Amino acid sequence: MTNSVRSARPRPGAAALSTRRSGLPWIDILVAAAVLVGLYLAVRVGSGADVSFDPSHPLTVDTDPANLPYDAARSLLRMFAALAASVVFAFAYGYAAARSRRLERVLIPALDILQSVPVLGFLSVTVTGFIALFPGSTLGLEAAAVFAIFSAMAWNMAFAFYQASRSLPAELDELSRDLRFTRWMRFWRIEAPNAAIPMIWNGMMSFGGAWFFLTASEAITVLGTDQALPGVGSYAGAAIADGDLGKVGWAILTMVVMITAVNFLFWRPLTAWAEKFKNEQSEAAEVQRSLVLDLVRRAHWPAWAGRPCRAAADRIGRAARVFGVDDRSLAVDPARRRAGDLAFGVAAAALVGWGLVSLLAYLHDRTGLGVFGEPLVLGLVTLLRVIVLVVLATLVWVPVGVWIGMSPRRARIAQPIVQVLASFPANFLFPVAMWVFLRTGLSIDIGGIALMALGAQWYILFNTIAGAMAIPTDLREAMDDLGVRGWQRWRRLIIPAVFPSYVTGGITASGGAWNASIVAEVVTFGGTTLTATGLGAYIAEATGSDDFPRVLAGVAVMSLYVVVLNRLVWRRLYRLAENRFALAA
Amino acid sequence: MALRLLTKHSAHLGAADAPITAPAGRPAPVRGEVLLRTRDLVKSYPGPDRDLPVLGGVDLDIKDGEIVALLGRSGSGKSTLLRLLAGLVAPTSGEVSYRGTPLTGANPGTAMVFQSFALLPWLTVQQNVETGLEARGVPARERAAAARAALDRVGLDGFESAYPKELSGGMRQRVGFARALVVRPDVLLMDEPFSALDVLTGQNLRGDLMELWAAGEFPTRAAVLVTHNIEEAVTMADRIVVLGARPYGHITAEFDIPLAHPRERGTPQFDALVDAVYRTMTGHSDGSARTRPAAKPGHRTISNTPLPAASVDGIAGLAELLCREHGSADLSDLAERLGLEHRDLLPLVAALDLLGFAVVDGDDLCLTLAGQDFATADVQLSKEAFSAAALGVPLVRLIVTSLRHSDAPLRAGFFRDLLAHHWTRERAAGQLDTATDWGRYAELYAYDADREEYTLDPAAR
Repeated sequence: MTNSVRSARPRPGAAALSTRRSGLPWIDILVAAAVLVGLYLAVRVGSGADVSFDPSHPLTVDTDPANLPYDAARSLLRMFAALAASVVFAFAYGYAAARSRRLERVLIPALDILQSVPVLGFLSVTVTGFIALFPGSTLGLEAAAVFAIFSAMAWNMAFAFYQASRSLPAELDELSRDLRFTRWMRFWRIEAPNAAIPMIWNGMMSFGGAWFFLTASEAITVLGTDQALPGVGSYAGAAIADGDLGKVGWAILTMVVMITAVNFLFWRPLTAWAEKFKNEQSEAAEVQRSLVLDLVRRAHWPAWAGRPCRAAADRIGRAARVFGVDDRSLAVDPARRRAGDLAFGVAAAALVGWGLVSLLAYLHDRTGLGVFGEPLVLGLVTLLRVIVLVVLATLVWVPVGVWIGMSPRRARIAQPIVQVLASFPANFLFPVAMWVFLRTGLSIDIGGIALMALGAQWYILFNTIAGAMAIPTDLREAMDDLGVRGWQRWRRLIIPAVFPSYVTGGITASGGAWNASIVAEVVTFGGTTLTATGLGAYIAEATGSDDFPRVLAGVAVMSLYVVVLNRLVWRRLYRLAENRFALAA
Repeated sequence: MALRLLTKHSAHLGAADAPITAPAGRPAPVRGEVLLRTRDLVKSYPGPDRDLPVLGGVDLDIKDGEIVALLGRSGSGKSTLLRLLAGLVAPTSGEVSYRGTPLTGANPGTAMVFQSFALLPWLTVQQNVETGLEARGVPARERAAAARAALDRVGLDGFESAYPKELSGGMRQRVGFARALVVRPDVLLMDEPFSALDVLTGQNLRGDLMELWAAGEFPTRAAVLVTHNIEEAVTMADRIVVLGARPYGHITAEFDIPLAHPRERGTPQFDALVDAVYRTMTGHSDGSARTRPAAKPGHRTISNTPLPAASVDGIAGLAELLCREHGSADLSDLAERLGLEHRDLLPLVAALDLLGFAVVDGDDLCLTLAGQDFATADVQLSKEAFSAAALGVPLVRLIVTSLRHSDAPLRAGFFRDLLAHHWTRERAAGQLDTATDWGRYAELYAYDADREEYTLDPAAR
């Protein structure tokens, strides 16, 4: 009977396939070759990661520009390894937080804190751990570098997954339980696709921010010895140490090429592909497009490769039935539930309490608790820098952003440029800035603000452009019609309209500025080192001398500053933006 | 479309066309066997000082071979009841059983069709229909064949590789039906399946489904339909269960619909049934159904007199319309002529009634003298008429007297808390929104949305 159905009916899929088959074979060859070359490169470059290594001897980088392509490949490999790890982490962490009421109470506040911890401060701490994991090999250093990049990406993505899971449309949850989906199916058919778009966009933004950490994590000090892994960051580091501006220029060029290429070959196709995960009822007028994606879609062999993959996925799906069915028991025993809550709470509190006690004991033995005093005071200085930076960046970039965003043509030209600028690791430009400082005699205490701004300010510009682009045309026309111009127009239309996106940019910029202070308050070029007064310099120095109690105190205090600033200022502005200035009613 | 469906499928759509075997141990159907049963079913949500019931003490049997419509206004708990039947929501007390076995989780014998379709936008139509079978571990080949057969049955042949967003609303809901039917549930649960569609599309789909049902080609043994549309219920159901909202969802009346399919609108029997159900729902029954009368004006409190979700504009519009109809109009006629769903009209009727601008008399809505003043006067006078009437509404009066006593602005949270003793959070918020709208228009008080504060209008001192 099923056969009669099948044969009686023309298959539109088959027709589409046959018309496709007349497409150009060279596309197939090209795409296949590209994948092969990519795999080959990954294997070749990856094999360089496991080289025998002795912590007491310094590893150095050859600064011959001919090495740059290889170095760039190594850097890229690290970035993608960290991205893969972040995705897995985000799934696991976000899933646990969204699924378990008890874990949620611990994991989500923890995420908030983790996001505020300055990654760079912890690098030297984690690196010793990783070296112990892989004795006698550079894999430990590699792992530490990947971990630093990972920690710049993972929290955001985990939060994106958690939020998407929590805001899963109620009917999709009901659908899953009503049709008795297995847990595995629910995850891959509903939860992961539902979170795909926020995950990809967050991943893209974090990936852009992570270049900064890549360059910082490739050259690290381990137990007093400088160790450098082959990579663009360490290349630039070595060029800076040599005071060779020409080679710094090569590194900058490589970086620009790399960022642009990754955007073009990876993120752009990915965001265009993710369009299919939009949970909307009609086809959008404006969709993300990607040349590369169109090319892959036009080739045949991904479809051939898809068939065995689907069969394998089907088999895995059957095997994963052991994870059980997505169902919620209707009978809940409140007494047992409360007992469970209590037990969980006590266990969690005991664990944290024990950790806290041993931490304080450690600090007490080593330095005394007074170790927190100095960073607290220095934090005020850095706080002042962050405030000045945000205010100045706002005054400069908000008008520029509005000017760009108001014209679709200007926005089309400017947006990709700003994206590259935002991704570009600012520490590459420090030597140039330092040369200016030395020439003009500008103090690093003030110049440090400019160095921090090099990385942080773009988020404000980027988000303001997005906000200005989103101002509905009819509102602008209404203002024109009423003759509302000048300051009044700013006060009544522009500022309220871009405010929500500005706040989003501001949070990122201020967080980024704190993190950047660790590298921006101590700058070295050639033989000269400039040091500013501030918490960033404190952490940088403590890290350089492996003074763990001071690293710990500095990092803890900086996290505290970031959290408090977010809670007291940004969070409130955010709520205001959501309640009062959201354009979508 | 309907004809095509029948001629096309009569050839190969027997009960055994899909390769899905019945659940193990499924006994042969017995006409009239009770498939779903609820006893003393209560569902409540936690409130500040006590649980607030949304559904109180429902006894309901769904038997083999029947279509049951659950009919009620918003807030009557009809969708909650459906989810209780599906095992998606846990009852506070009482139980739901499927073929005599109390439910402990999702009901294995039901499948749901959603108001919003609930299709997964990232899967093709074919993949969407297959999901239920995949969850049951059916091999790929078999489930593809079954899904194609099911799509064929609902007239979506040729759309297998389309994505949901490429389809119109009516087609999407056809996919929703195919997805539910392909797992061959004993009871099909439908949650307002046509209310997101435009009138014609809804009618068309309804007709196609009823033809399948009448021809015995439905792979389910019973169906439950949640709706607020009386005519839809009379068209489809063998039995209509009316749920009342005051003070919580409970069965107020049941109607057997003995008409043969297909049922025609406009026949005297059909219209008589629609009118009878309508009277029950507006709370003015002729005595055949048990209903709780609305509170008399003197005894109105915020606990027994909820504010309907009606805007001043809507109220004024309906009053003016009645005025042009010389003061009274038949409610069914009115709804039909305005092209309105009953759901849209009922809150306005309730509001006119509550404000004393109109009374429901049998099937007719009649404007009162005060209502005539309100409808015919100029803006200022009509505001005054509204203001006087609004002061008779408990919640509005409560806000005004509280403000007079306090001499200072009062926070919305204060009134929300007061309401929360009697209503669920959503309903409390909805009522407060209405009270804000009415009071502002009546110039009794002002409301600052940023600070969430009410201040007394100087004129109301």
